Amino acid sequence: MAEFIRPKTEEEFEINFQQKKPLMNPTEAYFESSRCLFCYDAPCIQACPTGIDIPLFIKQITTKNLTGSAKTIYDSNWLGNACGAICPTGILCEGACVYNHQDVPPIQIGRLQNFATSYAIHENKNLFKIGPSNGRKVAIIGSGPAGIACACELRIMGYEVDIYEAKEKPSGLTLYGIAAYKITNEEVEREMDYLKNKLGLNFICNHPILEKFQLDELETSYDAIFLGIGIGPTAILNLPGEDKNNVIGAVEFIEELRKKHHEIKVPNHVVVIGGGNTAMDAASQSARLGAENITLAYRRSKSEMGAYGFEYKLAISSGVTSIFEAQPISIDGKDQAESVTFKRTKYNNGKLETIEGSEFVVMADLVIKATGQAKNSSILNLVEGMHTDNKNRIIVNEVSFQTTNPMYFAGGDAVNGGAEVVNAAYHGKMAAKGIEVWLNSFK
Amino acid sequence: MPDLNINFAGIKAPNPFWLASAPPTNSGYQIMKAFDAGWGGAVWKTLGVPVINVSSRYGSINYRDTRMAGFNNIELITDRPLADNLKEIEEVKKYFPDHAVIASLMVETKAEWHQIIKDVENAGVDGIELNFGCPHGMCERGMGSAVGQEPAVLQTIVEWVMEVAKVPVITKLTPNISHIVDPGLAATRGGSNAISLVNTFKSIVGIDLDSFAPYPIVDGKGTNGGYCGPAIKPIALDMVKELAQHPEIQHVPISGIGGIETWRDAVEFILLGAGSVQVCTAAMHYGFGIVREMKAGLEQFMTDKGFETIYDFKGKALPNVTEWKNLNLMHKVVAKIDPAKCVGCDLCYIACDDGAHQAIRISKLNGNRIPEIIDENCVGCNLCALVCPVEECITMEKRDDGTKFKSWEELTIENNVPTSFDDELAGGKHHFVPTVQDALKFRK
Ligand SMILES: Cc1cc2nc3c(=O)[nH]c(=O)nc-3n(C[C@H](O)[C@H](O)[C@H](O)COP(=O)(O)OP(=O)(O)OC[C@H]3O[C@@H](n4cnc5c(N)ncnc54)[C@H](O)[C@@H]3O)c2cc1C
Ligand SMILES: Cc1cc2nc3c(=O)[nH]c(=O)nc-3n(C[C@H](O)[C@H](O)[C@H](O)COP(=O)(O)O)c2cc1C
Ligand code: SF4
Ligand code: SF4
Ligand code: SF4
Repeated sequence: MAEFIRPKTEEEFEINFQQKKPLMNPTEAYFESSRCLFCYDAPCIQACPTGIDIPLFIKQITTKNLTGSAKTIYDSNWLGNACGAICPTGILCEGACVYNHQDVPPIQIGRLQNFATSYAIHENKNLFKIGPSNGRKVAIIGSGPAGIACACELRIMGYEVDIYEAKEKPSGLTLYGIAAYKITNEEVEREMDYLKNKLGLNFICNHPILEKFQLDELETSYDAIFLGIGIGPTAILNLPGEDKNNVIGAVEFIEELRKKHHEIKVPNHVVVIGGGNTAMDAASQSARLGAENITLAYRRSKSEMGAYGFEYKLAISSGVTSIFEAQPISIDGKDQAESVTFKRTKYNNGKLETIEGSEFVVMADLVIKATGQAKNSSILNLVEGMHTDNKNRIIVNEVSFQTTNPMYFAGGDAVNGGAEVVNAAYHGKMAAKGIEVWLNSFK
Repeated sequence: MPDLNINFAGIKAPNPFWLASAPPTNSGYQIMKAFDAGWGGAVWKTLGVPVINVSSRYGSINYRDTRMAGFNNIELITDRPLADNLKEIEEVKKYFPDHAVIASLMVETKAEWHQIIKDVENAGVDGIELNFGCPHGMCERGMGSAVGQEPAVLQTIVEWVMEVAKVPVITKLTPNISHIVDPGLAATRGGSNAISLVNTFKSIVGIDLDSFAPYPIVDGKGTNGGYCGPAIKPIALDMVKELAQHPEIQHVPISGIGGIETWRDAVEFILLGAGSVQVCTAAMHYGFGIVREMKAGLEQFMTDKGFETIYDFKGKALPNVTEWKNLNLMHKVVAKIDPAKCVGCDLCYIACDDGAHQAIRISKLNGNRIPEIIDENCVGCNLCALVCPVEECITMEKRDDGTKFKSWEELTIENNVPTSFDDELAGGKHHFVPTVQDALKFRK
């Protein structure tokens, strides 16, 4: 049963993809901020990967110092506005808020953060000072949250920065990956423009760095290089029938959705394979595009899903059906997929096995694979002496974010294998400081 | 970046935020922690005659879910040995030579005053504050507010102090007096280099309904305490203004104290002439970290307004605080409700109908709860805007064109003021008032 009517216009799309954390109005922000206790050594700060001084920025909202509030936020997190809307706050800051212990709703930290930063962006406030030029240049590859954060931090330290981006627009997955009901494209672009204008960021878009000679050039023209390349496209499953026309990777599906909105047509029967947050996002968004039957299929049990509980609940409340302990065996049909055949699974001595004779078939005229992303291994292999771990994650020093090739620093999904925007923002900032320390060591 | 440095009566500090003499300044440990957190100065917990403190010392007013909107204490001056305090003062000054360390003092005889001043000066204090404020305990022994309430005695003691003091002297006043100018003048005439105010207000914050004793309860009994915290700010602001505007006192630097918790509070004191501010309750409630909000806010305010130092706006509100008789009687504001923001609580309606001037109507048609202002009845009292729970939903709109000015003072000079009870010139004469019987239609 479809919960959502197929959106045919941008307005209808916006209704279906109503923002989960809409901008607060001033009354809401005033009352909510007034509730904050200003805890000492606050647990919410400790739970924020970027360590924003949360009680301070909230108190600054109460005392009507919105500019100062936004500054407090950006001092720690260069993606302060986006993070306010898209961070899984329930498991981060808000999950740590002391009010939870009294069964009182925690402070809505994310929305307050979004409120204060939206004000600063909207009013075009000057929060940052570009550092006096120190004559050093850094190349940044990838303009996702990690790259942006690194670039911004370097700018206030006086570096010249060029950001090479493969795609047409900067922002990385914030623009192309996050579910459309968490943040609008306009919001992402507004923060990006704001940072770009205030800090003089130089984006070189449509410019993938894929060849050795390109890297050689960068190495000669820059003092250091930061890799914020994220992870690659959806991985191949090696499933019979995977090559059919209407089988798509979740990341690619969401990217298309973020670009085309209501113009993307999903068929009625959608099968989403996977149990992580990306799978939940793909399912929840398929529902909002008006698909009638959406089946979320995960090969292990519900309790083993990687997805956050709230993301699963959101999918279910959007009308998605879930099947657990079911492994896809083949995708069937002619050129087009028509169904997916599954086998039941069970554990045998701690190993997951399929159960003979347990096959069943689910109708599908769109199959979305949310079974993890492949690695951008090509470029990684081109950098001399830069090691990756067995999961193809770039190995870095956890303070300086320097790779095993000293000229290269890295952060974000490329380093942690895929986490949140806020982690990438933290990595980028730390890497900028790492670059400074490293270059200063030659003085 | 604005410059927050101050020179207060010769006492230099990196910023105007000082801790008031109270528990947060009880020890060198606390003061060093505070300086590291960003405070610019600290007035040491009052040193002086030996005391013994009671257990159960504080009480508070919780206004709904807001803790400590008002705070009260029955604590005396320091009960730590003088020698320990002196040693710690010396150490703090070693670590923080540029921060202001001021010794608050309270003793009785001239000889005692002379001795203790020498002691704290030897320890390296940047200034001295005379505590003529405590409204509990110490006053029963003839000190604290007992001095502050007797301007002649106060002046004599200030004179004793000035005979020997080599560092700047601040006289701290009690607000437990009907005319703050009297002790202010006495301090000035005694030669005090500066004045700080206010100390705490004599108070009873509540009575326990089971044991019938006032808070804080000490073994079934209580005593009046000293009241402070956000609740006292308005009265403190007024007292600061009284001194800052007084022709004989206005040249004396004033350290503003009373209910300061945010940057806005601090700026308000400075706008009324304070050259530094002191904080006690907010630091006791939130710890020294609260100063980061105050400092950031002050800096942002100064940046936004283009002020480079606090002297660019110190006292800037004083010319605008005048006597009632000088206010413009031609000024006219009328309430305006934004129906898009209104949530229909109808608090403005009932506040106006029962508590003001019957200038709001509710139609109740089709369940519509959005009220309407009756322009011609509205006297512009602001009450509705004050009770409205929605930010910027009721605004007061200026209706006069700003070209006319007429004050009571001018009317008096022109002999145009109403004189008899039913005078045509009286203000309320033509205001709308419902009939007496209209009240009956609300009977159920
Ligand atoms: C479906 C999905 C939903 C998500 N939802 C959330 C969420 O709700 N909240 C949240 O906080 N996080 C979410 N995330 C995670 C978050 O998007 C990432 O953790 C974050 O974007 C990582 O930032 P990054 O800078 O490391 O990489 P990316 O955002 O992936 O950016 C990498 C950039 O580098 C560019 N690039 C790559 N290779 C090259 C090259 N060779 N040359 C030039 N440019 C290159 C890419 O085009 C891209 O712009 C989600 C992720 C996915 C996939
Ligand atoms: C517990 C307590 C003890 C205090 N002790 C002293 C003191 O020893 N000497 C003094 O001058 N003022 C003392 N005060 C008064 C404060 O310095 C300050 O003047 C008053 O609290 C008002 O400021 P506030 O509203 O920021 O608290 C004390 C206040 C409190 C709450
Ligand atoms: S834990 Fe909650 S109440 Fe405490 S400071 Fe953080 S947001 Fe405020
Ligand atoms: S605040 Fe500290 S000293 Fe005071 S009652 Fe509590 S534990 Fe005891
Ligand atoms: S007080 Fe404000 S919100 Fe309530 S009815 Fe009046 S205008 Fe509306």
